[in-house]
Amino acid sequence: MTISRKDIEKVAVLARIRVDEEQVSALETDLGNILDLVDQLAAADTANVEPMAHPLNAVQRLRADEVTETNQREAFQAIAPATENGLYLVPRVIE
Amino acid sequence: MQWDVVIGLEIHVQLATKTKIFSGSSTAYGAEPNTQANAVDLAMPGTLPVPNEQAFRYAVMFGLAVNAEIERRSVFERKNYFYPDLPKGYQTTQLERPIVGPGYVDIDLANGESKRVRIHHAHLEEDAGKSLHEDFHGMTGIDLNRAGTPLIEVVTEPDMTNAEEAVAFAKKLHGIVTSLGICDGDMSQGSMRFDVNISLKPKGSETLGTRTETKNLNSFRFMEQAIAHEVERQMDILEDGGTIVQETLLYNGDRDESRSMRTKEEANDYRYFPCPDLLPVEIDEAFIEDARNRLPELPDARKARFMDQYGLNDYDAGLLAGDSKLAAFFEEAVSHGKDAKLTANWIQGELSARLNAEEKSVAESPITGAQLGYLVVRIADNTISSAGAKKVFEALWSGESDNVDAIIDAKGLKQMSDTGALESMVDEVLAGMPDQVAQYQNEEDPKKRKKMLGGFMGPLMKASKGQGNPKLFNEILVKKLGG
Repeated sequence: MTISRKDIEKVAVLARIRVDEEQVSALETDLGNILDLVDQLAAADTANVEPMAHPLNAVQRLRADEVTETNQREAFQAIAPATENGLYLVPRVIE
Repeated sequence: MQWDVVIGLEIHVQLATKTKIFSGSSTAYGAEPNTQANAVDLAMPGTLPVPNEQAFRYAVMFGLAVNAEIERRSVFERKNYFYPDLPKGYQTTQLERPIVGPGYVDIDLANGESKRVRIHHAHLEEDAGKSLHEDFHGMTGIDLNRAGTPLIEVVTEPDMTNAEEAVAFAKKLHGIVTSLGICDGDMSQGSMRFDVNISLKPKGSETLGTRTETKNLNSFRFMEQAIAHEVERQMDILEDGGTIVQETLLYNGDRDESRSMRTKEEANDYRYFPCPDLLPVEIDEAFIEDARNRLPELPDARKARFMDQYGLNDYDAGLLAGDSKLAAFFEEAVSHGKDAKLTANWIQGELSARLNAEEKSVAESPITGAQLGYLVVRIADNTISSAGAKKVFEALWSGESDNVDAIIDAKGLKQMSDTGALESMVDEVLAGMPDQVAQYQNEEDPKKRKKMLGGFMGPLMKASKGQGNPKLFNEILVKKLGG
């Protein structure tokens, strides 16, 4: 499976990552290799294999129900592209 | 053509934990936007979720309360979709191994019969944030305080056949989760949200029809209306030879109309897969036993107790026991008021009517259970008439005073029960109405006599300035008039 320049540019926009021309070429190769590996994995016969939820043979630790977080809205909103009245602003969503 | 209606419900129940399901952010309602949204809730890179033990405890308690199997090893999946109020780009939920397996709830119907509604499963998941679509210069505002609030989603089998059954189930479930104390049950704040799946099939047919899903109903009344609306819509289409499109609808209760959110052709592929950030959660027997020990009295048991302990009938007991706050109010009132039937009548009559009229829940009632109890005492011991009791109720409600006896004194509502004084009033009034007295005494029909007796009550109440005990007046009248 291959990935096109157009796909990479689109994903970069969606992920809000700035990618220049040279990087796109390198990513084309790198991401292509990863997808090839996925193709290889997908070819394996897994008919009789029980799905594994996690590679570690461990169970989840649970947390006590206590408030440990404080309000850090200002710090988080400092890096947001647009905010108003404490809200994050995003391009209008039409339901 | 006659049709069978098939209804299944999905209910989102917000758990009353102090913190979110995967982070230590507060879940308190009504905070300033985004002040309770931390790095985990905002999906900042490098963060890892840690599940809240209390959310599991509540889910297990719910499972035990609805006679369900508890999954000893549950797994979280990612449900992928893009929406700005879901910063991670996926909802962490459970698909293959939900914490609560198959169970059931029995509901009481108006015809006195009981019906079993099966629960397919219930799973733990996180809530999304809120999108505010008011105009922010052509943009949408996002508040992520709700993002990560723990939910259990309860999925029923399609066992209900009309709106009455669906609403009865919804109310029963509301009673169960509020009695358990795992949800505050405040539907106007979205603490419980109902999705209704509806399909029609020709009467007696085994094959299910195409269903639609009406989402996010947040009151029992809207739920009833939405079901009626959707059944009628589908019936019209089918009767005209059309076909139902599988779609998701949003119901607008204020306008009694629904609109399509999306159809199956555009249905999302959620690309579920096990969440690599979370290990499987194992629940051991000790945890389940601990949850079992925390189970309080549930609506069914409470109803049986109300019938037994207070001598209430099936209907009164079911109504008062169904809601934990109403039940607590009743028990507080009856502990002071003694007369259980009279207390039940006042709660279901005057109090419920006023609460409904002002869209208040029983928890917001300006009258306390104890106050209603004292009022009932004064009605039962004949200190005040029922007309006087309504005036006392009014004064308590408006906050004029919080003391029943003080109100009775201040308003002069105390009934006159001094037999001697009442007798002389009766003598006086009868002396002034010789024609009516003669008419009464010549009447043979006891029914008509009883009616004529009422004719003397008006003047008597006037003579006593409304304070004469009507019951005593009646007894004296009958005696004086000769049976």
